[in-house]
Amino acid sequence: MNAVLDQTHMPTLRTALRDFYDDYGTCLDDWNLEGWVDFFTDDCHYRVISHENKQANLPLGLIYCMNKNMLLDRVTAIRETTMYEPRMLRHFISGVHIKSVEGDVIKAQANFMVTEALSDQEPTVNLVGQYQDVIIRTQEGFKLQYRDCVYDNYRIRNSLIIPV
Amino acid sequence: MSCTHENKPDVIEVPITINRRWPEEGYTRIPAWVYTDPAIYKKEMDVFFAGDTWNYVGLECEVPEVGSYKRQWIGDRPVIMVRNEEGDINVIENRCAHKGAQICWQNTGKVKDFTCPYHQWNYDLDGNLQGIPFRRGALGKGGMPKDFDVKKFGINRLRTVNRGGSIWATFSDTAPDFETYCGEEVLAEIDHMLPGKKLRLLGYSRQLIPSNWKMYLENLKDPYHATLLHSFYITFGLWRADSKSECIPTGGGAHSVMVSHNEGKKKTEATAEMERFRDDLQILDAETVTPRAEFNRGRVGGAWVFPAAQFGIQANSLKTRHVIPRGPDSHELVFTYYGYEDDDEDMTRLRLKHANLLGPAGFVSMDDSEMLKQVQTGISGYPESVSVVEMGGRDTEPADYMVSEVLIRAFYQYYREAMEL
Repeated sequence: MNAVLDQTHMPTLRTALRDFYDDYGTCLDDWNLEGWVDFFTDDCHYRVISHENKQANLPLGLIYCMNKNMLLDRVTAIRETTMYEPRMLRHFISGVHIKSVEGDVIKAQANFMVTEALSDQEPTVNLVGQYQDVIIRTQEGFKLQYRDCVYDNYRIRNSLIIPV
Repeated sequence: MSCTHENKPDVIEVPITINRRWPEEGYTRIPAWVYTDPAIYKKEMDVFFAGDTWNYVGLECEVPEVGSYKRQWIGDRPVIMVRNEEGDINVIENRCAHKGAQICWQNTGKVKDFTCPYHQWNYDLDGNLQGIPFRRGALGKGGMPKDFDVKKFGINRLRTVNRGGSIWATFSDTAPDFETYCGEEVLAEIDHMLPGKKLRLLGYSRQLIPSNWKMYLENLKDPYHATLLHSFYITFGLWRADSKSECIPTGGGAHSVMVSHNEGKKKTEATAEMERFRDDLQILDAETVTPRAEFNRGRVGGAWVFPAAQFGIQANSLKTRHVIPRGPDSHELVFTYYGYEDDDEDMTRLRLKHANLLGPAGFVSMDDSEMLKQVQTGISGYPESVSVVEMGGRDTEPADYMVSEVLIRAFYQYYREAMEL
């Protein structure tokens, strides 16, 4: 593997990342929460944070997992303890942009939009924002070491049941 | 022909007439219309938020420097919290004295003074009107009347109080002083969480819950549900029906203090009644449910400070909760998380970690927002329906157990009197 990616390969990397981002979205859309955990490294950071907080350097996240165990615990909580009405959530991810590549460490971002359809209501735009990521290229493919889901919404529409 | 105001009609204050009758059983019943009737809602906004009440506005640490401001609402009235040149914190209306435009268009910021972009009326950080462009006209014509007195047209500044770093305001000149308003028990809870140490802001959580604001108030006065709905809570011993606890209505039923003592995961007789108890559940990151011993010694709970604030501790998570009504069928719930300036990195990490329990994605709170939506939807379909709150009895006396709706009964006893229902 090349230590430094040649400029001419950037389109290829970007395409591969687009696939990675889409696979992530599909995983959550399918409510495959157990599969969602596999997108991350063991020493991961996963946070759903408002633009308001992030811009002001306030660390509070609505979901804030500081390691892989916390990801697994969140899945357990959703599966076993949370009471919520059924819904369909659907990710629309675009605008994948590579900020830097240093060896196997890729800094990237993408826009996300998640629509929500409740059983007795029409779909609405539920959450909109930007993924801000550090992605590691490993033997098993890309893994998220750091993901901030920075949402534009001023307020969450009621509840945020599954990760973004 | 000159334009005069001689024919200006008298301003007639039309009192809001509510043609409703409370169920004859009294405060053990809650009629659906309190959650849906727009006239009730309007009267609540006047009586509770613009009346003789003290309203939570924010924390000192949100406006750290001179000119720092935060946009906020008291009921449905927009206000601004701002630190003035003397270092005091003002709460002023977010409304230009000229034509009523909001002068603050952002959540937070820092200014030297306030200028309304429309006609550039300029105010100092206390709300005093400092300048009006073209006050003396332009090119020798126009201008404000000679007797126009800028002192009479400042932005209304509310009476405020700073209690341990928390900022409260009232629109009323006749509201009692803050200590009297809160009473001993509530004041003790506020002081417990804000002992005068310098605070550090950690961030906000905001959600829009599709239910009447009073449903959230009731939810926080309802320890009865906590042990049954919140499986996460019960399983990991963060709140249990058999824990030592107190439910104390105060302020005639408006406020309440609710406390429980964390005793860890255990199985007792009471567990059998809790259908959602999960004995087999293990959490991998033990820290998530294990607070580091702090000043509160495993004590969980807090106070509802009427009308719309809650002060409470959850593990190592320190926060205020504030409710902003957005029409009869909707309210905004805002958590403001904070720590102390002298928290070490470890403690800050724990405070952030325990915030996973609360808010719109909270392990225990998700159940509540989901539930409240269902209640609002259900009663909206049956406008003549009536809720029953008799758990724990039919009285409004303090209880030393949690399986009780006494705080809700006491609240509606207060509510009926205040609203003349």
